[in-house]
Amino acid sequence: MLEIKNLHARIADEGTEIIRGLNLTVAKGEVAAIMGPNGSGKSTLSYILAGREDYEVTEGDILFNGQSILEWDPAERAAAGIFLAFQYPMEIPGVATMEFLKVAMNAQRKARGEEPLKVPELLKKVKDAAGTLQMDMGMLKRPLNVGFSGGEKKRAEILQMKLLEPKLCVMDETDSGLDIDALKIVSDGVNALRSPDRAVVVITHYQRLLEHIVPDSVHVLYKGQIIKSGDKSLALDLEANGYAGVIGEAA
Amino acid sequence: MNIQTSIKNTPAEQALLDAFGERLALLPGDGDVMLKRDAAIEAIKAGLPTRRIESWHYTDLRRLLTKVPAFDAGLEAKPVAPLIEGSPVLTVLNGVAGKPVAVEGVTATPVAEKLGDGTYAPALGAQGADDAIGALNSAFVADGWLIEIADGTVLEKPLEVQNVQAGGQVHTRFAAKIGDGVTATIVERQTGSGDALVSSVDNVVIGDGCEVTWLIVQEQPETATHFGQFNAWIGKDAKFTLFVMNAGGKLVRQEIRVVTKGEGSDFQLRGVDLLAGDTHTDVTMVLDHAVPHTGSREIIRNVVTGKARGVFQGRINVHQVAQKTDAKMACNTLLLSDDGEFSTKPELEIFADDVACGHGATVTEIDHAHLFYLMARGIDEKTARGLLVKAFVAEVIEELEDEALVEALETRLDGWFADHG
Repeated sequence: MLEIKNLHARIADEGTEIIRGLNLTVAKGEVAAIMGPNGSGKSTLSYILAGREDYEVTEGDILFNGQSILEWDPAERAAAGIFLAFQYPMEIPGVATMEFLKVAMNAQRKARGEEPLKVPELLKKVKDAAGTLQMDMGMLKRPLNVGFSGGEKKRAEILQMKLLEPKLCVMDETDSGLDIDALKIVSDGVNALRSPDRAVVVITHYQRLLEHIVPDSVHVLYKGQIIKSGDKSLALDLEANGYAGVIGEAA
Repeated sequence: MNIQTSIKNTPAEQALLDAFGERLALLPGDGDVMLKRDAAIEAIKAGLPTRRIESWHYTDLRRLLTKVPAFDAGLEAKPVAPLIEGSPVLTVLNGVAGKPVAVEGVTATPVAEKLGDGTYAPALGAQGADDAIGALNSAFVADGWLIEIADGTVLEKPLEVQNVQAGGQVHTRFAAKIGDGVTATIVERQTGSGDALVSSVDNVVIGDGCEVTWLIVQEQPETATHFGQFNAWIGKDAKFTLFVMNAGGKLVRQEIRVVTKGEGSDFQLRGVDLLAGDTHTDVTMVLDHAVPHTGSREIIRNVVTGKARGVFQGRINVHQVAQKTDAKMACNTLLLSDDGEFSTKPELEIFADDVACGHGATVTEIDHAHLFYLMARGIDEKTARGLLVKAFVAEVIEELEDEALVEALETRLDGWFADHG
C-alpha cells in the first residue's frame, strides 16, 4: 500500500536535510510502528506523507497503491485515503467542529464522486462515532480544537479518522499528552479501524502505546533513515535497552 | 465687484452646489430648517476635507469623490426581504419614506413631516468644521424615520429600517428616541442597485437601563458612494451594542460617534468590513467616556481582497471625570491580496487617572498551518481558505446573542464570499 523509496527531504526554507535515504514498505492490513529518538525525523516523515509544503523532497519517491503522490497537494492525498493524526492538532477559532466535519466528509465524498451526506445521516454518523470515543456532542459545537484539552484533541483526531475512513492512517505521537484512560480509549478507536484493507503507521517515541496498538512490524528511524526493522519484539528490546544499542549496531 | 472665493471647487463640489440650488425649492422645511441648510452648504462651498484634515487623513474626500449623480425622483427602488423573516419594516425607497408600521410601543414618523413642521431643525447642522457628512446631510436631507420607543417596551422581533437607493442622490436620517428600560434590536439596511450618492445620518438616544442592539448592514453596489454617520448617547446602566457590516460600496465612510452619558453604561462595537475590488472603505469612530464607571469594547475585523483599501480610525476620549472607565479596542485585518491595503489608527486620549484602557491592531495573512490542517482532511485549497476567512469574521458575528441574527448575517457573509471568493 505504501512504498517509500530512497526518500530525501529537507526543510524548504533553509535547506536542512531531515530525511536522508529512507526506505519503508507497509502492506495492506499491516500496522507498522516507527520508533526513534527525538530529532530522528519522525514528525517530518508524517508531514511529508500528508504533503506539508514546508518540506521539499529532493530525491526518491513515495508510492501509494503504486502511484507517486509527490505532486499531490494535501487535499488530494486525503481524498485518496491518506490520513494524518496530528501530534499537535491545530486550534482553529471560528470554525465549528461539526461544520468542519461536514465540509471534510463531503469534500472527500465529492472527490470520490459520491453524493454529499444529508444532515440527519451525517449527525447520526458523528453521534455514533463520538459515542464510542466517549466524546460529548456539546464539544462538537465549539470551534475546532479551541479550548480542548490534550486528550480531547487526540480524541477529536480519532473521531475524524473514524468518520473519514482512510486507507492509510498515519498516527504522529498519538500517545503524547494522554493519561492512561484516554490512551485506552484512543487505542481502542484505532484498533477498531484495523482491517485487511487498511494500513496504519504508528509513530511513537515510547513502547507504551504499542501495548495497546500491537504492531505487525517495528522500524527504527534514526537520522532520517530506517536503521533496523523487526517484529513487535524489537519495540520491547528498545524499551529495555534504549536506542543506543541499535544505533551502535547500525553505525 | 466679484467676491474671490479662496478655493476653486472640484467638479464634484460644484455638482453638489448646483444640486443644492436646483433642489432647494423641493426640500421640506422652511424658516429654521432652511437656515440650517444654508449654513450647512457653506461647508461644501469651502471645499470637502482633504488629507490635511486629521480626521480625513486616510480618506481624502476632495480627491476621492469624483462622481455626483443628479437627483432623479422617477427612479424606482423596491424593498428587500428583511434580515429576520417577519420583522416589521420601515422603508425609505429612493429617498422617500414609506408607510409606518404598527408595533406596540413604537411610534414612527417620516422625517419629511418633522422637517416640514420645523421641529427637526435643532437636529440639523454639522458637528464641527470637519463634519462633512453632517454638513452634506443637513443641507440635503429630505426624509427618513423618527422612531420613538416607549419606556419599558420589549420588542419581540427586530425592527428593520431599509434605505434602498435606485441611483441618483439619497439623503436620509434615522433618528431614534429609545425610552427607559427598553429591550430592542434595530436593523438598518443600506442597499440598492444604482451608482448612487447616499448620505444617511442616525441620531440615537438610548434611555436608562436599556438593552439595545443596532445593526447597520451596508451592501451597496460597488459603484455607489455611501456616507454614514451614527450618533448615539447611552443612558445610565444601559447596554448598547452597535454592529456594523460593510460589504459593498465604491467609496464608503461610516462614522460612529458615541457618548456614554449615564454611569454604568456599556458600549460594544463589533465591525466587519468585507472589502473587494477597487474600493475605499473608512470606518471612523469617536467614543467619549464622559461619566465615571462606564465600559466599552470595540472589535473590528477586516477582510481585504483585490485592490481594496480600508481604514479604521478609533478614538477613545476618556474625560477627566470618567474614572473607572474600562475600554478596549482591537482591529484585526486579514490581507488576502498584495494590492489591498488597510490603515489602522487607534487613539486613546485619557484625562482620568484611574482607568483601564487598551488597544491593539494586527494585519495578517491566512495561517498556513491552519490551511494545511484543513487540507489534510481533504478540503480543497479554495474551500479551506474560504472557511478560514469566514471563520475570522464569523467570530465577531457569533458574539451576537440572537441565533437568528447570527444565522442571517452569516448568510449575507456567504453571499459575499460566493461573489468575491
